[in-house]
Amino acid sequence: MTAVPVRDREPAALRLRRMTGQVGWGVLAWVVGIAFFLPVLWMVLTAFKPESAAQTWPPKFVFTPTLAQFRLVFSGWGPYVTHSLIATTVSTVLVLALAVPAAYALSVHPVPRWRDGLFFFISTKMLPIVAAIGPLYVLALHAHLLDSIWVLIILYTAMNLPLAIWMIRSFMLEVPKEMLEAAELDGAGRVREMTEVIMPVISPGLVSTALICVIFAWNELFLALNLTVTNAATLPMFLISSVPQEGLYLAHLSAAATVASIPVILVGWIAQRSLVRGLSMGAIK
Amino acid sequence: MTVIEDLAPPPTAEVRPRRASRRERWQLRLPLLPALVYTIVVTQIPFLVTLWYSFQSYFWNTPAPAHFNGLSNYKTVFTNPAFRGALVRSVVMTATAVIVAMVLGVFFAVLLDRKFLGRSIVRTLIITPFLIMPVAAALVWAGPMLDPNFGLVNWLLQPFGVHHVAWLSTHALGSVILVMIWQWTPFMTLIVLAGLQSQPADTLEAAKVDGAGAWATFGELTLPHLRPYIELGVLLGSIYLVNVFDAVKAMTQGGPGTATTNLPYYLYQQVNNAFDIGGAAATGVVTVILTIIVATFALRMFARVFQFEEA
Amino acid sequence: MRYPRFRLRALGAVGCVAALAALAACSSGGSGGSTSSNSNSGTVTVAVVSNPLITGQMIPLTQSNFEKQYPGINVKFATYTEGDLRAAIQKAISTRSYAFNVVMIGPYETPLFAKNGWLTNLSKQYIASDPGYDAGDLLPAISKSLSYKGDLYAVPFYGESSMMFYNKTLFQQAGLTMPHNPTWAQIEGFAAKLNQPGKVAGICLRGLAGWGDNMAALDTVVNTFGGQWFDMNWKPQLTAPPFVDATNFYVNLVRKYGEPGAANDSFNQLLTLYGQGKCAMWYDATVAATSIATTYPDVYKQTGYALAPVNLTKSSGWLWTWALGIPQGASDSGAAWKFVSWATSKQYDQLVAAKYGWSAVPPGTRTSLYNNPQYQAAAKPFAAITLESINSVDPEHPTLHPVPYTGIQYVVIPQFESLGLTVAQQIAGAIAGTESVSQALQAGQSAASQYTPAQLSGSG
Repeated sequence: MTAVPVRDREPAALRLRRMTGQVGWGVLAWVVGIAFFLPVLWMVLTAFKPESAAQTWPPKFVFTPTLAQFRLVFSGWGPYVTHSLIATTVSTVLVLALAVPAAYALSVHPVPRWRDGLFFFISTKMLPIVAAIGPLYVLALHAHLLDSIWVLIILYTAMNLPLAIWMIRSFMLEVPKEMLEAAELDGAGRVREMTEVIMPVISPGLVSTALICVIFAWNELFLALNLTVTNAATLPMFLISSVPQEGLYLAHLSAAATVASIPVILVGWIAQRSLVRGLSMGAIK
Repeated sequence: MTVIEDLAPPPTAEVRPRRASRRERWQLRLPLLPALVYTIVVTQIPFLVTLWYSFQSYFWNTPAPAHFNGLSNYKTVFTNPAFRGALVRSVVMTATAVIVAMVLGVFFAVLLDRKFLGRSIVRTLIITPFLIMPVAAALVWAGPMLDPNFGLVNWLLQPFGVHHVAWLSTHALGSVILVMIWQWTPFMTLIVLAGLQSQPADTLEAAKVDGAGAWATFGELTLPHLRPYIELGVLLGSIYLVNVFDAVKAMTQGGPGTATTNLPYYLYQQVNNAFDIGGAAATGVVTVILTIIVATFALRMFARVFQFEEA
Repeated sequence: MRYPRFRLRALGAVGCVAALAALAACSSGGSGGSTSSNSNSGTVTVAVVSNPLITGQMIPLTQSNFEKQYPGINVKFATYTEGDLRAAIQKAISTRSYAFNVVMIGPYETPLFAKNGWLTNLSKQYIASDPGYDAGDLLPAISKSLSYKGDLYAVPFYGESSMMFYNKTLFQQAGLTMPHNPTWAQIEGFAAKLNQPGKVAGICLRGLAGWGDNMAALDTVVNTFGGQWFDMNWKPQLTAPPFVDATNFYVNLVRKYGEPGAANDSFNQLLTLYGQGKCAMWYDATVAATSIATTYPDVYKQTGYALAPVNLTKSSGWLWTWALGIPQGASDSGAAWKFVSWATSKQYDQLVAAKYGWSAVPPGTRTSLYNNPQYQAAAKPFAAITLESINSVDPEHPTLHPVPYTGIQYVVIPQFESLGLTVAQQIAGAIAGTESVSQALQAGQSAASQYTPAQLSGSG
């Protein structure tokens, strides 16, 4: 006798309760989501206001929108966004180039003292960069790197490398042993093992690692503020400079904040699936 | 004619592990070297220079050149209550933000784990705070959100009897911590969500069939499964939150008084306000030593977070 | 199971983009400006404070006028908030990184930098051979504050003192009259009568922590109450009765009749509050008149002006000017001077007037501006009292009793950058109610006591 599926035997009352629960769940999730997102909404809304409408009581929800703030932002942000783009992409590529082989050497064919190596990389993340900013300024000055995009690239790479190594290492540990053994039996050397077996498998993990590196490099303020002036000033500095000493600024600031965050937001939205998958693939065993 | 399939794989020869040859050991090390050398050069050289400056009296607001002054900077670090205050505040801010963000993260992850209409949109909404530029988020919270006279928060709380609260004056620390939580909850949510989605469905089904209620299932099956994910989130979150600088600078500049001056901001003030490079270097060295001590204990506690299985 | 190859190709594409970006970095990195003896070409990197007179006027006019007049000179601006500006400039000047060849500084830094030999002597180097610049036209108080041993080391872009703004309509309705030269006691009386909690603050005052923010206002009150930072032996006086009385007066005034959340308020926030009719009185920089006129024309019509309130002294306004200086040894200094002299010239005022109107011209630098009938007409309500305020202050004798330092709302010692901020933070705490005034002043006194007289007087 075939078993009757449990659901068909569900009494109507119970089913109603279950469905209300589901709907209630959805409503709760939506309310939470919107409440959490509210400040972002408010920021974008304020960006379309003229300054006089941005500081009112009660706060204005209805007003004549204007693009004036955005025009102001776009007329000023040129060099800043260029520097941000260069520093972010070059440092991220550098991070991946260094982290993939390092992660390989700490996972698939580990060096004997891999625990120490991993700990060393993580320990560099625990040192507050703030402490060394004075000496860093002097070092950069003597190396003729002050206010050069390279000083940011070098430091951002060092900043993101430990996390990238950790993440990529976890993804590499997820590579099925059978695939590695098959490749070895096939006569593949280290390089072929990497390119034909490992890289394809971890590529979603590489994407999410690159995404995290991009987020942290793009948003970095402290080093840029202290070590650059005009030739390498990045977008966070543009944002800070839009807070004037003696003048109104909330709408302009909101526009600048929106514009500055949009690239990372778009990339994050598009790649969020990859982010979750990357993290679930092998963050923990 | 039968085709023999399912041949058993030939027995693998027992390879007794032998001492790797010199060449093989270097082959193992080689891929690690570029990252290792790069990190050593870029992080240790500044640290050594910082160490050197910590024994000097070096100010940027006098023309006098740097000169040796022994342990005087260190003495100031240990006797100056400002440093201790900044340290305590750093711990309070980090611990509060991490714990609350993780609790909220678990809650949001549980919400997002079930299917409902528009789930991916809600997930997108929840992730966004993490993607906003931190200094932008801080400025937007400080201005359009928390302003005592024009801010949205005061307007939203009016029906509850809240009148024109000056959040950044009377609740400065809470406001800064709030922004830290707002920005890092999505990070915790994603990590916990990854954990929830990696939970084997059959154990959950078995529990349901056994008649276990939702809370019991959560407490006895889900939470233990989530533990390594939670520990990872707490560890990574702490590393980043203890170094938070943008929010303090943009919202309260360490005030009122020193209410929100954490360690990074204190060091920033030493360099950019007092122009005391020697003092800041000494403070930095002491901070590094303290961090290494804490990290050694923390990593022992979170040992399982490290993948101690080898490939 | 093979994953799609396109992911690897995508990564490869990103790598190529990054390589191109790296090449771009190679060409765009590095500081510009070779030293050239030709003052009509070069790169001028200017560090400026973020301020509408600069971001809204100086920068656009540089691009539309100056660079067209001197096509060989490329001007780059680095804009900062006041605290960041000081930090960036101090770093660059002290380590001789020459990140900037023009710096925007005030009467606090100028004497200190000049004493250390960090600034070019503008009087001898440039003004002496450029009579068209007419340095004699500069307002005497401003000019003196930017000089060291009689020579100018920075030239003013705009100058300000402080004065009292008040809403004439509210005063009329309450049957009150504001004298031209009020005392703080009178102001307190007015504030008590005009204060409507929740609607209109009796008086709006700065509370934001910063020696250029809340301490600027508080210092003028301290000075006119007979207080001082240090006595002639460089002993700090923050817990002496005059200083305590002045601070108690200021903090209580703002807590009783001031705007809520004052500890976060400086010029910007108060301008908005005043412009929306939420302040019966507002004590702040004279340049606020220009801002009120341009941003809140309705309230501008209702605004009256009075001199900075006094107590024991004859006058009590502060004195500040944002001025341009050239670091000693900077490259392209000829081009730098071309820019500096252009931005602080009479012709610049004409440019601003033509594009933005006479009432928007940067105030408080040249006597000729105040003698100009067009300016007098356009800025009629506030021009005369602004000039009177600036001319009545003396930064070299700021206090009732003799002191070993100069500076009205600051103390010209290198340590003040840090000491001023520390005390300002404590005062902000007192205004916010998180500590008492005596606690705040105790903390300030111990901060000031860290320094030896030798260090403070510059001989240590």
